[in-house]
Formats: sequence, C-alpha cells, structure tokens
Amino acid sequence: MIDQFVIPLLKIVVVLNATLVGVTYMVLLERKVIAWAQSRLGPMRVGPYGVLQPVADAIKLMIKEDITPVRADKWVFTVAPIISMVPALIVYAVIPFGPTIHLFGRPVSLFIADVNVGLLYIVSVASVGVYGIILAGYASNSKYPLLASLRASAQLISYEVAVTLTLVSVILMAGTLSMVGIVNAQYNSRLWFAFVQPVAFVIFFIGGLAETNRAPFDLPEAEQELTGGFHTEYSGMRFALFFLAEYANMIVVSSVATTLFFGGWLRPFPNIAFLHFLDIVPSWAWFLIKSFVFLYIFVWVRATLPRYRYDQLMRLGWKMLIPLAIANLVVTGIIKVLLS
Amino acid sequence: METPVIHHGAMFDTNELVINMGPQHPSTHGVLRVVLRLDGEKVVDADVVIGYLHRGIEKLSENRNWTQIILLTDRMDYVAAATNNVGYCETVEKLMAIDVPRRARYVRTILCELQRIASHCLWVGTHAMDIGAMTVFLYAFRERELILDLFEEFCGARLTYNSMRIGGLPLDIPPGWDKKVLQFVEIMSTKIDEYEELLTHNRIWLERTKGIGIISGADAVSLGLSGPPLRGSGVPRDIRKDEPYAAYDEMQFDIALGTAGDTYDRYLVRMEEFRQSLRIVKQAAEGIPEGPIVGKVPRLIKPPAGETYHAIESPKGELGYFIVSDGKSTNPYRFRVRPPSFCNLQGLRTLIKGHLVADVVALIGSLDVVLGEVDR
Repeated sequence: MIDQFVIPLLKIVVVLNATLVGVTYMVLLERKVIAWAQSRLGPMRVGPYGVLQPVADAIKLMIKEDITPVRADKWVFTVAPIISMVPALIVYAVIPFGPTIHLFGRPVSLFIADVNVGLLYIVSVASVGVYGIILAGYASNSKYPLLASLRASAQLISYEVAVTLTLVSVILMAGTLSMVGIVNAQYNSRLWFAFVQPVAFVIFFIGGLAETNRAPFDLPEAEQELTGGFHTEYSGMRFALFFLAEYANMIVVSSVATTLFFGGWLRPFPNIAFLHFLDIVPSWAWFLIKSFVFLYIFVWVRATLPRYRYDQLMRLGWKMLIPLAIANLVVTGIIKVLLS
Repeated sequence: METPVIHHGAMFDTNELVINMGPQHPSTHGVLRVVLRLDGEKVVDADVVIGYLHRGIEKLSENRNWTQIILLTDRMDYVAAATNNVGYCETVEKLMAIDVPRRARYVRTILCELQRIASHCLWVGTHAMDIGAMTVFLYAFRERELILDLFEEFCGARLTYNSMRIGGLPLDIPPGWDKKVLQFVEIMSTKIDEYEELLTHNRIWLERTKGIGIISGADAVSLGLSGPPLRGSGVPRDIRKDEPYAAYDEMQFDIALGTAGDTYDRYLVRMEEFRQSLRIVKQAAEGIPEGPIVGKVPRLIKPPAGETYHAIESPKGELGYFIVSDGKSTNPYRFRVRPPSFCNLQGLRTLIKGHLVADVVALIGSLDVVLGEVDR
C-alpha cells in the first residue's frame, strides 16, 4: 500500500513543486546571468540581491487582468497554454534524479517511474508541447502570432527529426530505452556517452535549443520581428504559462542531456576507486549540478548570439544536422556490430 | 479586405498577407510604419508610411528668430543634436559671411565627432538587437553614457544640447575637458574591439547581414542615399572631405568604404567610422588652439537678403539646410532641411522587396533612420 501509492504520490508532489520552484528561479537565474554578461546588476529590489523577484513576478502575473481578444477562438485560446505547460511537467515522471536509496529503512528510488520505453515517452510527450504554440497562434486570430506559430511548427518538425536520430544512437549504445537503464549502461561501459557520442551530443544540444525556442533559434517569439510572437495576445497567468513552459522545457532538455550523455546521477569517473571521496556529494546533487551547467549554457548562448533567420534555421536543420545525425547513427551501428 | 491571389503553378494558390509593421512596433525605431504584403514570410511589396512624428519644425522656424531656431534643430535628429546645431549655425554664418575663430571650429569638430560616435553607438546597439544579439546593445549604451557625460559637462544637457551659437560657441570648454575627451578616446578604442568581437566574425551575424539588401553604387546615388548607406556601396562621398567645414580640413582621416553594398558592408563602414572619428577627436582635442570662441557677430542677427544651402556630414548622412532671408526681418523667410534619414528611408522599399520579414527589421536598422528627423 505505502510502496504503491503513498511514496509515488509523495514523490510526484516533491518533483512537481521542485520543478515549479526551479522554473521560477530559472527565470531569475537567466535575468541575473544575462545582466552580468551585459555589465548590469539585474533584479536587485525584491529581497536581498533580488532573490524574491520570482515571487513578485508570480503575484503580478496572477493579479493581472486576463484578456481574451474578442475575435479569438475562446476555447482554443484557453486550452493552448495548458497544452504547452502540461507536457513540460509530465516529462519529469521518467527522469531519474538518482538511484534507489534507503530512506528510513525503506528502499526509495529517486525517480517517479522507470518506464521501459522512457526515452520514447519523453520524445512523444515533449512533441505535444508545440501544439500549444501552434494553437495559440491560430486561436489568437492575429497576424503576428499566426506567423509565429507557422514558424514554430516548421521548426519543431525539422529539429525533432535530428534530435530523435541522435537519441537512437544513444539507444544503440545503451541497448535500452529506460532512462535508468541508460545511466546504468554508462556506469558499466565506464564512459559517459558524451565522450563516445560527441557528435550526437552536439546535435542533441543544438536541437534542444531549437526545440525549446531558445536563442539563437527563438524565432517563434522573435520579439524584434513578431512583437513577441505567439504570445502577443496573451496576458496575465495564461502568458505566464507559456513563459514557464519554456523554462520547464529548458530544464527538461538539460536533464535529458545529463541523463543520456553525462551519466545522470553518477559522479565523475564512477569506476575509479580512489575518487571515492566524491561520493560525499549525494547522487541527486551530481544530477542537479550537471543540469545546472546546461542551464547556464542556455542562458550564456542567449546573451551572446544573434538570431537565425527562418530559412537559415531550416537549412541548418535539414542540410547539416539531419545528415550528420544519420551518418552518426550509421557509423555507431557499424562499430557496434563490428565490436560485438 | 480582399488581397491578391498568388499563383504557385501546380500548387495551391494562396492569398497575400497584409501586415502592418508599426507605427507601434519594437523594431521600427520610433513611429515608422511599414505596410508589408507577404507571401508566406517573403515580402512581395511594402509601403513605407511616415509622418507620425511631424511637428512642423521647418514652418515653426519661419516664426522664430535666428537664435531660437538652434533649439528647434535639436529636436530633429535627437540622437545627434550637436551635429544639427553645427549644421544650422554654419549655414547662417555662411549667409552672413561670419568668420568663426579656430578654437570654436576645433571644439565643433570634437562635438560633431563625439556625436557621431554616440549616434553610431545607438545604431550598433539597436541594429544588433534587431538581429537578436542583445548584449551589444548594453555595451554600446555603456559607452554612449560616457559621451553624454562629456556633453553634460560642456553644455549642461544630455540629449538636446542647444550647444552652438551663430558665430561660435555659447561657452568656452570647461577646464580639463579636453583631457577627459582624450581619456574617453582611450577607453572607446578598446570597446569597439569588444563590439566587433561579438559581431564581425560571428557566423550567425554574417549569415544575417551578408547579401541582405544589396544596393549598387549607381542605385544608391539615384535613390539619393547619403552617409554610411552610400559609402557602404563604395561611393567615396564624404562631405567632411569633399567640402570641409568646421576644422575638418586640418584633420587626418580616411573615408571608410564598402564594396558589396549589403547590410554587412554598411555595418563595417560604420564600425570603421567609429575608429576614424576617434582619430579625429584625438587630433582635435590635442590641438585645440587658444583664442576667442565667438567671431564678430552683430548683436541683432539679421542676415542680408539672399539664400544659401549648406550641408554637413551628420552621422546619418548629408544634413543640409536651405535658408532664405529677406534681409528685413529677424526670422528666416524660408527654412528647409534636407534630412539624411528622410532621404535614406526612400531606399527602404527597394531594399526590402523580396526579402523575409526578419530582414525587414535588419534593413531598417542598417539604414539607421531617426524618425524625428524623417518627419521633422
């Protein structure tokens, strides 16, 4: 009874809350890091060094007037932000934050579920999120959001292919689709997959930037061209949902990159005995540290690079990343066969 | 509204999408309105609508006396107010045949070039921001702030300076100001490399600007472009060299020229102008001669009957003033400005045809228009 219901429910509560808090603080982190890159201070007024800024933002967004344009498609307009947000959250169900540990004399696994098709689950759920953007642009009944949602759908289709192909080469290495299994495979092979599959990792990360609509691929919300893109007509909490979904997706991509390519919860060099002192840091903390590095890179890239143009983005996707991913997959397969 | 149908041969026919960019839009640099007719994201045709910031400065000027007009010229290109002041004052001086003392001419040169750097700072920041590189914007504004501080020390204002008088300067430069200008030159010359590091060899920046909005030298001339957009197409026209004013005849500097006439060349031209401007500022600040700051100006400014046109090289291009005086009244009979932004904007429609929506903002940025000057 306890093992079947209480513990999973507790885990869901913990993960969901941690994610939402993480997402709001991700916004603060981004504002701070970009501010530092631009020789500014960033938020400083709410709380010491602005640490309470996310709280203030949340209060502001919640009490703001929630406007639905008269000519918008009301149902779709309301549903779109939800469609965008929910997939970003339910992906966490299969992300392993750590191995099974013993807590109060009871084995507790630091993941909500170890699904045997975990990776497939992530890919399929994550691709639902774009419907939120497409529907938002369509339902707004406004031209700028419409252009943005067209861009979003084209972008997602192109980059989904490349990303999924890189995932296949990881699956070939690990021999399993389970997220926990992939981490264990990295433990057994004594190498993080980022070193075995550097090409796959780079493609995955670029694709991840594109799929989360982050700079330099933030075309669907290109503020300078499309005045905010698909969420131009949104206000208040519905706008906030899009906003938070973007950051939640960033955390998802970082977590998946950590799990697939950087050994998940494993400490560096998990098989070398004399580095045993590194075990002082708990496994879930290693996971968070690694994910944090990726999140930092996300922000760093945004502060540095200009934005691609729509057709250039497509060219990069179809002419560079996808052929490269296929080549990588074929080479991986051949080597795998030759070695076995 | 019915929109024309676009035929795609065997494929589906589609309708044109008419989209209003501006006058309230983050990237139209003020209140420019561009009515785009799109085929997908491709611009089929565009209509550039101006006039949202019209204040009738030219007509107003005909009812102000000659000194009061200086203040109105501030409000045209408000990011390069000092250049406007200099242009106007020199035109009246030409009409009245006043000799401006050398010291005043040197200070004018410094102010004009500082203003050019400030204006280009604003341009590089907003242009990069339009293309999505937002850090450059903050960097450029950090240095623009230093220039504004220098101006504040010189004349007390930070945006609309009213910094010139007919015949010379309103006030002598504060003690030690020239040293501060030289310090700024030192700081700025390292900062330009910082901007270039972020942009010039950046792959995405190259892809976004190379080959975008190409205009040949001949076309640029016939469209009436001037300033960096003209020099970006390889036409060596710079009024500072061709018809020197202030103290430019005593300065050593080169004209930056592009070759391809695309957005990237216009960017390179302006980046080189940063450096040349610093060179001029350095020479001028090191060599400010002693002497009076105002020439022989009658107490009541009343130019003799006649008309004159005088142009200077503002940061945006050829800024010309055409003034007619009837010789009797204390205000101009006719006052007309040839604003570089207005003339450069005429090229926009030609430039953006056939490009994508994202290029439109890049091209508006690359022409560097200030709507206060376009509409006057």
